[in-house]
Amino acid sequence: MNSTKSKKNQSTKEPKKIEIRLSGSGGQGLILAGVILAEAAAIYEGKNAVQTQSYGPEARGGSSKSEVIISDGEILYPKTTRLDYLLALNQESCDKYARDLKENGLLLVDSEAVEHLPPVNVVSLPLVRTAREKVGRAMTTNIVSLGALVGLGNIVSREALRKAVLARVPKGTEELNLKALELGFQMAEEVKKTMDIG
Amino acid sequence: MAEQIRFIQGNEACAEGAIAAGCRFFAGYPITPSTEIAEYLSDRLPRVGGKFIQMEDEIGSIAAIIGASVGGLKAMTATSGPGFSLMQEGLGYACMAEIPIVVVNVMRGGPSTGLPTKTSQGDVMQARWGTHGDHFLIALAPESVKETFYLTIKAFNLAEKFRVPVVMLMDEAIGHMREKVVLPDYESLKIENREKPIVPPEWYKPYEITTDFISPFAPFGSGYRYNITGLTHDEMGFPTNNEYEITQKMDKLRDKIMRATSQIIDYEEMYVEDANTLVIAFGSVARSAKEAVEYLRARRRKVGLFRPITIWPFPEKRLAELIKRVDQVFVVEMNQGQLIHEVRKVECYHKKIFGINRYDGEMITPNQIISKIREAR
Repeated sequence: MNSTKSKKNQSTKEPKKIEIRLSGSGGQGLILAGVILAEAAAIYEGKNAVQTQSYGPEARGGSSKSEVIISDGEILYPKTTRLDYLLALNQESCDKYARDLKENGLLLVDSEAVEHLPPVNVVSLPLVRTAREKVGRAMTTNIVSLGALVGLGNIVSREALRKAVLARVPKGTEELNLKALELGFQMAEEVKKTMDIG
Repeated sequence: MAEQIRFIQGNEACAEGAIAAGCRFFAGYPITPSTEIAEYLSDRLPRVGGKFIQMEDEIGSIAAIIGASVGGLKAMTATSGPGFSLMQEGLGYACMAEIPIVVVNVMRGGPSTGLPTKTSQGDVMQARWGTHGDHFLIALAPESVKETFYLTIKAFNLAEKFRVPVVMLMDEAIGHMREKVVLPDYESLKIENREKPIVPPEWYKPYEITTDFISPFAPFGSGYRYNITGLTHDEMGFPTNNEYEITQKMDKLRDKIMRATSQIIDYEEMYVEDANTLVIAFGSVARSAKEAVEYLRARRRKVGLFRPITIWPFPEKRLAELIKRVDQVFVVEMNQGQLIHEVRKVECYHKKIFGINRYDGEMITPNQIISKIREAR
């Protein structure tokens, strides 16, 4: 865990840099999730953060990824190169991006959408099912995933993430999204109890 | 208004910069990757007493902002590649009629509809020479969200001061990237406004040749009656076929910009004092170039960086001084090589000049630059 500084950090000057990629298909709210995560770091923790995205010309479907870099120092090249954290909500993005993880990076996948797991440090959780059944809205998959990812890793504090979620989600859905976030945190806690990761 | 910390896209910073600069009119037609500028202003402009119009196309959009500017408002439109092509006729009109406007072009892959969601720097030459005839305008290229905010303000200041169209040459990577920006108190910003005539209407010459070649601009409806045309005109704004007046007009268009380059041109330098290798990059790829330069410097390679912030007029004077001192030059750009030709024009010392290019819609990485520089020796 806490793999924020690997031995061979490719850029020597950056003090402490966390690179995160959220991937899946278009319409899963990954760009918003990236924005929320970056805001938690940039606004509520006073760090520097850059969020970028890549998607196809389609409105829905197609593949989508959202990238976040968080650093105490200046962030120049805004895209991720060696990932500390990767979220993959479908098999395609898991296959495509797992190789970009650092040696001690963490991969979080949706247990139903991703069957074939690559040989890396991986946590598989029912993210979509939790959003659909426990929160009651499949649309909250992105927030459940953020909760799980932040719960598992050392990216931002839970309090900062809570504030960032509340600031960004549509009015009237605050409670729903907070519930989704807490469920994500809980899942991460259970994983931490049962597994010795990192 | 006090300082505000915001985490916003380059496009939003551009829109907010326009508001801060005093822009009160926007006409546009949505196109990826510039749409967020229109979206943001459609909400924000009416709240500050401005007007937002979604036009039928880009030709109508630029025509509308030209009209608004003649009416006395600071006006802007935003578009991308294909829309920028459609705006070229209007851009030429604004150059000829000396109407201040700001045109934002968030570059995407081309030609034609190309790559709507991917980044590119393929419109460097189009910004300069897209419209026909000899003409002079200003183009600025930001490298970050924060700089986008401030350069948009500068774009308006220059447009107003020099009565000229200013192109904000952004790229998709900057337009869609989100970063933290501390928005200042807008009262503290330096804002330029167009010079208005001090003479009474009967003495007013709308295109008077002044010492700085900039004629005071009376907004329509303010009591000053005069003619505006795209035809080459005399000092009164009426079409002319007189050789002397034609030459005088064309020289005015050139000299008001080219004799004021010291007020217009802006650039950034890194480690150029003792460099033997110079990297030239602008816009989003300048960030990759900076990372590459830092990496190589940490390994005792004498590499320096020159980043033009003003792309047009090109900062050739300063670049000539720098090129004289180095052995080799690398021009990093997300196209098949456009700015490199400007560098070659500047260069007359027979130095080695290499292009580092990428045009598949992705940003050039620091590693790509590092390995090219290492290969070269």
